[in-house]
Amino acid sequence: MTAQPGFAPSASACPACLAAPSAERLAELDRPGRARLMLSLPTAHCAACMSTVENGLQALPGVRSARVNLTLKRVSVDADPQVTAETLIAALNRLGYEAHELDAGLLSATETDRQGRDLLMRLGVAGFSMMNVMLLSVAVWSGAQDATRDLFHWISAAIALPTVVFAGQPFFRSAWAALRARRLGMDVPISLALILASAISLFETFHSGQHAYFDAAVMLAFFLLAGRYLDHRTRAIARSAAEELAALEVPRATRLRDDGAEEVVAISDLAPGDLVRVRPGARMPADGVVTEGTSELDRSLLTGETLPVWAGPGVQVAAGTVNLTGPLTLRVTAAGRDSSLHRMADLVAVAESAKTKYTSLADRAARAYAPLVHLLSLAAFGVWMWRTGGDLRTAINISAAVLIITCPCALGLAVPAVVTAASGRLFRRGLLIKSGTALERLAEVDTVLFDKTGTLTLGTPEATNLSDHPREVLELAAALAAGSSHPLARALAQAAQAAGIRPAALTDLREVPGYGVEARLRGRLLRLGRADWVGADPLPLTATYFCMGDGSPCRAFTFADRLRPGAVDAVAALRAQGLQVRLISGDTTAAVAAFAARLGIDDWTAGALPADKAALVADLTARGRRVLMVGDGLNDTAALAAAYVSISPASALDAARVASDMVLLGQDIAPLGAALRIARQSARRIRENFALAAAYNVVAVPLAFMGLATPLAAAAAMSASSITVSLNALRLRA
Amino acid sequence: MNILAILIPVSLILGGIGLAAFFWALRRGQFDDPQGDANRILNTDWDDRPKP
Repeated sequence: MTAQPGFAPSASACPACLAAPSAERLAELDRPGRARLMLSLPTAHCAACMSTVENGLQALPGVRSARVNLTLKRVSVDADPQVTAETLIAALNRLGYEAHELDAGLLSATETDRQGRDLLMRLGVAGFSMMNVMLLSVAVWSGAQDATRDLFHWISAAIALPTVVFAGQPFFRSAWAALRARRLGMDVPISLALILASAISLFETFHSGQHAYFDAAVMLAFFLLAGRYLDHRTRAIARSAAEELAALEVPRATRLRDDGAEEVVAISDLAPGDLVRVRPGARMPADGVVTEGTSELDRSLLTGETLPVWAGPGVQVAAGTVNLTGPLTLRVTAAGRDSSLHRMADLVAVAESAKTKYTSLADRAARAYAPLVHLLSLAAFGVWMWRTGGDLRTAINISAAVLIITCPCALGLAVPAVVTAASGRLFRRGLLIKSGTALERLAEVDTVLFDKTGTLTLGTPEATNLSDHPREVLELAAALAAGSSHPLARALAQAAQAAGIRPAALTDLREVPGYGVEARLRGRLLRLGRADWVGADPLPLTATYFCMGDGSPCRAFTFADRLRPGAVDAVAALRAQGLQVRLISGDTTAAVAAFAARLGIDDWTAGALPADKAALVADLTARGRRVLMVGDGLNDTAALAAAYVSISPASALDAARVASDMVLLGQDIAPLGAALRIARQSARRIRENFALAAAYNVVAVPLAFMGLATPLAAAAAMSASSITVSLNALRLRA
Repeated sequence: MNILAILIPVSLILGGIGLAAFFWALRRGQFDDPQGDANRILNTDWDDRPKP
């Protein structure tokens, strides 16, 4: 992101508007009056961050208010219509925060908010009546007799019945849906227990009976709703963040109209035959042929190659490649669904169909559990009918007690509590879980497959052989490099500046897009750029070449891809945990070999096509390995979809992020090691919680079966087991 | 036992007030950003004078 010096309160303060004047008009059409902008802030984490961000944004002209939501890590800005996301992002970058624009319209925040509030309201109502009914029940348990007991039961009924009707609705609805699909989910025994407990208690109250289960019914609803709410909350955060990411790339293209004027349109509106202008630094919106301009292209996201390739009139370019130096005009040959970006989708579909379906621990538990509960309850009913010689009241009472005691209070809490705790810890480290079962799958991983470019590296070059050149050469080269915004030139200028080299004074400095930079020094022509242009012998590495124009041999400046922060730590941590680490890249053998040696990875593959990556994943899977794929490019998408579980960085292309189960929000990749540890820990906690819940049932069910379970025993067992599993979930360490 | 006639309604009303307060907080969006609100109390921005 280029920092703009100063912000005039006009629309032209945004870099994009300068390049595409019509964006101003477009923005005005979009936002009449005032604008509401949403930015994602993956690195915000503390109280100080909030006030820095809010005050920093409010100091900008045109910004009316800014408010950070730390839970969802985003900031919503209320501003005058001429303020654009680019200005805000630049300002945030200067404050030291990464930010991404979010399409506020795409965020269906209202819908999930509504559901969350609905659940929270039912939870609140259930909590309120649980407390009141519990107070009344305590009086009954401590020995209230006759009329007092009946009075208390009636008041309990008056509170509990409306509560069960209101708070139980989520369960009734999903149980009904399950029954209609002829399945037995968790919610069928839950609904049955709620209804049976309320009905039998009402009947007992009517006949001045001794036992009523109103408190159990309400408590059941409360604990289960708590589990449901936790579950919803985790999902809502993941969903909203995933949508944010989908909205990261605002898909717009600059189309040239017949009269030569530029207009900004959505990528979906492009048609074959359109002329499109692509600025340096922008991504090709569609497949096409260059008609005007020369430049170099970065294809690393598509193929993993780090070496830029030349582009000029007549050259075919694929959607998704990045234009580096000069402006290009393309004639679109294939757009949208037909473009090469979308052809990759077929490969992904194939990979996805080959993926084994994973059944979550909770589903497996529910599948064994639901029939057992019904059978036990039915058996209790039958046995007591036979023993008492047809006493319907006793038999129903006891079968209801069995149903209440076995009801999966703890089971309903066991998984959501752990998953909420774990994903909260991971989210704080900048890892977002998109898929519900990803955490459990991550726990079982034994092989980690890394992509190189853009995953373990940042995809930005770093000069490596500065010390091989004499100082005066460096001074000249630095002066040339300063004249270009090509990534290699920028890296060279930066490295020279860091080494304390002052650029020499040159004349006639000009950039030749697609080739390099040239300038004159006392009549001599100096050139920095591509090997064939300057007249040097190309090396098999990423390099730029410098010729002095005085007959001396040309010099090569070599570059290596800059390591992603934390890459070394992540690889070391994964190895320390006994995992096999492999590297697969589409880059050249020389580049991959050097890189693998730098990280200490022995097992690497170079020159891999997208299909090769997917094939390697499939091969490892066939050999019984559980593969974690970490990748960012389009060439990784099929492999990401085929892998047991997959992670991609936030800088990855949409397609890759959609295909992966988890997304790394920050730049640092080091949380990967911790993520695996937390995942394994949480899978263990889930199992422990199931064991705890089962242990309670093993003790309580025989008692209930023998008719010894009083409402007091049911209440005690239910709350004790729920609290135990929640506490166990909280033991998860960050 | 006549005291029950007073105490039970009183306890229900008190509970009801709590429930109403909860609904109010829910509608005002006070559960939208629990982490942010927990941290906001620590910042010193408007300690000297109220926010204009």
